[in-house]
Amino acid sequence: MRLAKPSITISALALTALALAACGGGSSGSSDSGLSGQVAIDGSSTVFPLTALAAEDFQVENSGVQVKVGSSGTGGGFEKFCRGETDANDASRPIKDEEAAACAAAGITYGALTVAVDAITVVVNKENTWATCLTTDQLAAIWSPDSVVGSWNEVDPSFPAEPIKLFGPGTDSGTFDYFTDVVNGEEGASRTDFTPSEDDNVIVQGVSGSKGGLGYFGFTYYEENADSLNAVQIDSGSGCVSPSAATAQDGTYTPLSRPLFVYPSVDALARPEVAAFFQFYVDNDASIAEGAQYVPLNDSQRQQLEQDFDALLSKAGAVGASPSAASQ
Amino acid sequence: MSTPTAASAASHGAPSLRGSRQPLSDRVFRWALFISLTVGVVTLAVLIAYVTIKGWPRLNSTLWTNMPSIRRPERAGAQSAITGTLWVIGFTALFALPTGILAALHLEEFAKPNSRFQRLVEVNIQNLAAVPSIVYGILGLAFFARALALGQSVITASLTLSLLILPIVIISTREALRAVPRNIRDGSLALGATEWQTAYRQTLPAAIPGIATGVILALSRAIGEAAPLLLLGAVTFITFNPTGPLSGYTTLPIQIFNWTKDSREEFQILASATIVLLLVLLLAMNLAAILIRNRTQKRW
Repeated sequence: MRLAKPSITISALALTALALAACGGGSSGSSDSGLSGQVAIDGSSTVFPLTALAAEDFQVENSGVQVKVGSSGTGGGFEKFCRGETDANDASRPIKDEEAAACAAAGITYGALTVAVDAITVVVNKENTWATCLTTDQLAAIWSPDSVVGSWNEVDPSFPAEPIKLFGPGTDSGTFDYFTDVVNGEEGASRTDFTPSEDDNVIVQGVSGSKGGLGYFGFTYYEENADSLNAVQIDSGSGCVSPSAATAQDGTYTPLSRPLFVYPSVDALARPEVAAFFQFYVDNDASIAEGAQYVPLNDSQRQQLEQDFDALLSKAGAVGASPSAASQ
Repeated sequence: MSTPTAASAASHGAPSLRGSRQPLSDRVFRWALFISLTVGVVTLAVLIAYVTIKGWPRLNSTLWTNMPSIRRPERAGAQSAITGTLWVIGFTALFALPTGILAALHLEEFAKPNSRFQRLVEVNIQNLAAVPSIVYGILGLAFFARALALGQSVITASLTLSLLILPIVIISTREALRAVPRNIRDGSLALGATEWQTAYRQTLPAAIPGIATGVILALSRAIGEAAPLLLLGAVTFITFNPTGPLSGYTTLPIQIFNWTKDSREEFQILASATIVLLLVLLLAMNLAAILIRNRTQKRW
């Protein structure tokens, strides 16, 4: 029993040491810009690589600012955004009416910034030699809610009788909303007997693992996995078009290319660290888009982005006590 | 280890029978036991070998000196996850240990045994220990993150994990207290010590080895926990170390989860290396628990 007393001390010491070690790790914040504070962003997992890269690069120069970037999906992110839990939301589609209403009810004002262009890529297995180009009608036939298409020859009689195995993003994802909207004509309308996953890697593995596999996800993921998957050209009435940076940017890859948005809150932009972060995001948009393997904006789109951001900043300046120092 | 051998020797009866053939049912049973044991051990060995081999190229100091990075996967590290884990577990220990140990002390030493209240509390604690961790995540999100407006912070995670391990701390502390012989308390009381002095000066110190073992095992459960933190919104890209209880954070299991989601090979390797780190941390804690138990174990 007399032995026991020191062990109280020892465990107390161990705890203190643990806490101190943790503190030591954290207090290395010699901020180069003098800015400090937290910026919380959530939203689309498609826009995530862009915003995360912006955050990473920004924090190299502004180590006093803590930027956290989540990826709980466009819809899940807007839910948090309109509760005031985040300062900005990443979105792979424009805000929905009911989401806008929720934000309005909470008194949250925001603006939409287009930061890059994405292309949805329809992918098939490497051994699939027949489906090099699909029309939007064929895609709709495969993916419509009442579709019973079970093998490739039901899509086109010239295709082999290989069973189709379908993979797609989960219903929380903006990619799913966008694809169903443009292919099936109604957002969220999709057949349900496919393998859904928020994790694009699961789709890559699924499609590359079955000869009759078909799936769709962002162009980024296709580029990273181009050696294990084939991209399908899309014919929306004016010939087959391959998904690529150029076709997405000039809008010829229709209907599966789309702009990507970030929705900053005006109130949050009144905080200097948030304004500085988004100024950085806008200024370095091209290199960020490239780093995240997205299609950068073309010149007129870039000018539009700068204009939109300046307009938002001046709104924020009217809200906040001090107009953003970082806007110049 | 020694107990089963002793038991089986006893069941065989006198040592003189040792040389004779065992009945078939005996041998079948022994093999069944051995195979069952192998399943567990081999699985663990294969898992450890797999992640070690896969993560080998990244098992170096950059793992803790560098921050996660999307731009430079080849130079990414897990520093923010390591410090985040230390912060979260440090605060979890701070909340759960005093509460759990004092609660157990009350139940074991001060509460009226077998009163209605006592039985109700006991049933509750047993049940809480069996609640799936994700449920604690929902509670944490609704209560700590939203109702108390603590947000996605170290403190929210710590409070949630504290609730998660509290039943384990209470149960193991009670077992340790129960193992202290009655006559130590009686002796102390007979010498004129009050109940409080007896508990504080005699019973509790005598139970420390058992308590420490239970507490370390509870904390190592908390370290490996990802499900409740996922619900609390910890799945975020974080390249900074926490600076305080209200700071954002990420932890090792979450960072591993994030990396395995990325299709790039570098991140898969990095995830394996981080799994090795987490396993080493857990094994070290379990080793500490065993050492404390062996060093301080007393027989009455």
